[in-house]
Amino acid sequence: MLLSRTADHLYWHARYIERAENTARMLGVNYETLLMPHKAHKEHNLWRATLGLSELEPQFIELYGEINTANVLQFMITDMRNLSSIQSCLWAARENARAVRGSLTSELYETINSVWIESREWVTTQRAINRAPEYLEWVKMRSHLILGVALGTMLKDETFNFLRMGTFIERADNTARLLDLKFFEHSEISHAKEKDTEQTQGENDSKDFYHWAALLRSVSGFEVYRQTYHDVITPERVAELLIFRKEMPRSLAACMNDLRKNIQYVRNDYSAKTERLVGRMHADLQYGQIQEVLQNGIHAYLTEFLEKTFELGQQISQDFLVPLNPAHAKVA
Amino acid sequence: MNMPTRFYNEMFADDGAVRPHYGPMNDWLKQQTSEIIAEKRRQADLMFHKVGITFAVYGEEDGAERLIPFDIIPRVFPKSEWSALERGLRQRVQTLNMFLHDVYHEQNILKAGIIPPDRIFNNAQYRPEMQGVNVARQIYSHISGIDIVRAGEGEFYVLEDNLRVPSGVSYMLEDRKMMMRLFPELFSQYKVAPVAHYPDMLLDTLRSVAPSGIDNPTVVVMTPGAYNSAYFEHAFLAQQMGVELVEGQDLFVDDLHVYMRTTRGPKRVDVIYRRIDDDYLDPLAFRADSSLGVPGLLNCYRAGHVTLTNAIGTGVADDKSIYPFVPDMIRFYLSEEPILHNVPTFQCRKPDELEYTLANLDKLVVKETHGAGGYGMLVGPAASKAEIEEFRRVLIDKPEQYISQPTLALSTCPTYVDSGIAPRHIDLRPFVLSGKEVQLAPGGLTRVALKEGSLVVNSSQGGGTKDTWVLE
Repeated sequence: MLLSRTADHLYWHARYIERAENTARMLGVNYETLLMPHKAHKEHNLWRATLGLSELEPQFIELYGEINTANVLQFMITDMRNLSSIQSCLWAARENARAVRGSLTSELYETINSVWIESREWVTTQRAINRAPEYLEWVKMRSHLILGVALGTMLKDETFNFLRMGTFIERADNTARLLDLKFFEHSEISHAKEKDTEQTQGENDSKDFYHWAALLRSVSGFEVYRQTYHDVITPERVAELLIFRKEMPRSLAACMNDLRKNIQYVRNDYSAKTERLVGRMHADLQYGQIQEVLQNGIHAYLTEFLEKTFELGQQISQDFLVPLNPAHAKVA
Repeated sequence: MNMPTRFYNEMFADDGAVRPHYGPMNDWLKQQTSEIIAEKRRQADLMFHKVGITFAVYGEEDGAERLIPFDIIPRVFPKSEWSALERGLRQRVQTLNMFLHDVYHEQNILKAGIIPPDRIFNNAQYRPEMQGVNVARQIYSHISGIDIVRAGEGEFYVLEDNLRVPSGVSYMLEDRKMMMRLFPELFSQYKVAPVAHYPDMLLDTLRSVAPSGIDNPTVVVMTPGAYNSAYFEHAFLAQQMGVELVEGQDLFVDDLHVYMRTTRGPKRVDVIYRRIDDDYLDPLAFRADSSLGVPGLLNCYRAGHVTLTNAIGTGVADDKSIYPFVPDMIRFYLSEEPILHNVPTFQCRKPDELEYTLANLDKLVVKETHGAGGYGMLVGPAASKAEIEEFRRVLIDKPEQYISQPTLALSTCPTYVDSGIAPRHIDLRPFVLSGKEVQLAPGGLTRVALKEGSLVVNSSQGGGTKDTWVLE
C-alpha cells in the first residue's frame, strides 16, 4: 500500500535517472565516434539524428541555430531550457525524490541529493562541457550508484516496485530509440557505400565495425556480444541481442520481463489493462524472432514498439499513479 | 529586571572560572587548532547540504539552497538543572492542556474571574467550532515547543509557548548526529543523554490519541509540500516513524471519515500529525482559497472519527495576550506554584501599561500579540531612534495588538564566529509530548543569535543552532 502520489514520484524519479544515464551514454558514444576520421558532413548528420531521436530538433534550432558538437553538448548536457538535458533530468529526479524522501532510505536520498549537488558543480564550473567525456562517464556511474543503493538498502516492497517500473519502462524506450537511430544511420552508410567505388570498399567495412561497436558499447553490450556470439559483429545479431536476448540487461526483452514482474507485485483491482498490455509486449519479445522483424523492417518494428511503450506508460499512470477516484473505488 | 551589565555565561562563571560541567569541553577546545575547526565546520556544511536540511531561497538563480548555520560548541546542562527544568515544563504543558479543555467546555477559569472572557472570545485564535467538541484523552497540544531562556543560575523564564505547529525538532536530532560524526572523542569524555528515540516517543504519543475503538491506528504526517521551509522535518519525522507523509490532495473525506488515496485504493486514516495551520486545514470551514487542506475534514474531526495533532484552536493558549495568565492557570488547575518563571509582561491594551511602555521604549522589547518568527518586534536597547519612533506611532494606533517586556538578559554560550570564539546569546526550545503520558527527550533545539549583541535567535533573523546536551 502506497500513496498514489508517492508512487508517481518514485516512478518518475527512476525514469529521470535512467533518462539521464541513457542520454549520457548516447552523447558519449557519439563524441567518441567523432574522434575517428570522418567525412565533413558526418558531425552534422550524427547530431541531427541524435536530436531527432528525442524529438528535440525544433527547439534546438530555435535556441542555437547551428548543429555542431559544442552546441549540441551544451544543449543536451547543461541547458535547463531543454527538459531532456542531463542537468534537467537530474534536477527532476532529485525533486521527485525530495517530494517523497520519507519513503526512501536516508542513504538513497543522500546519494541522489549528492549527485545533484555535485552535478551542479560540474555545470557551474563548465567542466561538464570542457571535460565532457569524463562528465558523461560520471553520470553513468552515478546512475549505477543510485540503482545500487536502492537495491542494497530499500525494503523490497511496492515502493521498490514503482522505482523499478520507472527504470525499466524508460530503459526499454531508450534502447529502442537508440537502436532505431543506429539502424537509420547504417542505412545511410550503406546508401553511400553503393555509390562508392571499389577502392573505398574496405574502408567502409571497417566503418561498419566501428558503427556497431559504438552502439554496443553505449549499452554496455560490446563484451556481452562477444560472449554471446563468439563471432564477427553483424547488424542482425546486434538487433537480436538488443531486442530479444533477455540475458542482456538493457534489451527490450529484459526490460519488459522486469517491468512485467514488478507490475505483478503491485497489481490492484483496476490494473487489468496494464497487465494485459505488458503481458502482450512481453510475450511478443519472448517468442518473436529477429528474421520476422527484419522482413517487415526494423524501423517499423521499433516505431510500433515505442508506440506501445507509450501506451503502457499512460495506462500505468491511469491505473496506479493518478489518485484513484473514490467514486469507483470501493472503500476497503 | 533591568538591562544587566553582565550576562550569564553558560561556560564561565563571573570570576572567569570554568563551570564544572564545561571543564572537559574547555580543555578540548584549547587543543583544537583553528585549522581543525575550520575543516570540521566545512565538513558539517557539506553534510548538512547532502542530507538536505536546507531550504530553497526563492529567486536564487542557480538553485542554491541555504542552511541554518550550525555551531559546533554545544550547550550543556548538568543533570540537576535539567531535572528542574523538565518538572517545570511538564507542569506548564499539562496546565495549558487543561486550560484548552476548559475553554472549549465549562470555562471554569472564566467563571472564576481569573481570565477576562473578552481575552478569549475576542481572540482570533479562539475557534468557536471547537466549543463542546471532545478530543481524545482531552489533550489539545500533543506536541508543545516551549521557548526557554536563562537569565541567571537556575533562573529560567518561559519566553513563549508554541502550541500550534512548533517546528525545529529535526535540528535537535540532526545536530546531535552531526556532533557524533564530527567529534566522537567528546562523547567518550561526556555522558550525554541520547535523544534519537524522539520519533519513537512521538509515534507512541500519536497512536495513544487515536479515536476510541481503533486498535491499530493509521497515523500520517501532513505537510503543505516540498517547498515549505520545514519540509525536511516533515519528511524526516514521517520516515523515522515509518508512516506516510501526505499532502492535502492525498486525502479525501467520505461519510465523515478521512481516507488517503493509495495504489490499492482508499485507506482509512485515524491520526493526522498536521504541520499546517488551522486556517488551511479545511477550505469548507476555514480559508476557502487554500488548496493545502482537505474539504470536509473539520466535520470528521468534530464527529470524533479522526484525531488532529495538535488540535484545532490551540492558538488561544499560546497567544501573547494569554501568556501573562499562565502562572495563575497553574495555580488554578493544579493548585501548585509555577516552577518556571514568566517574563513580566505589560499589556498595551491597558492605558497605564501602554503609558509605561511608551515611556520606556528604549529599554523594552515590544511584540505583536499574534506575531511569530521574530517579525514585527522591537528590541529597544538595540533599536535606532527612528525605529523607536516608528513603533511609538504603531503602538498608539493599535495598542491592543502589542505587549512589552523588559529586555531579558539571555544567557550566552561560547560560539564560533569569524573572529574566533565569542559569547553569543542563546535560547532553548524543548519539545514536550502529551499523549497517554507527558514525556520529553532530554534536549531540545538551542538557537543562537550569531550577530554580536543580538538577542533575536530566530533563523529568519540570522540565528543559528547548537546541539543541546543533557548530562547523565
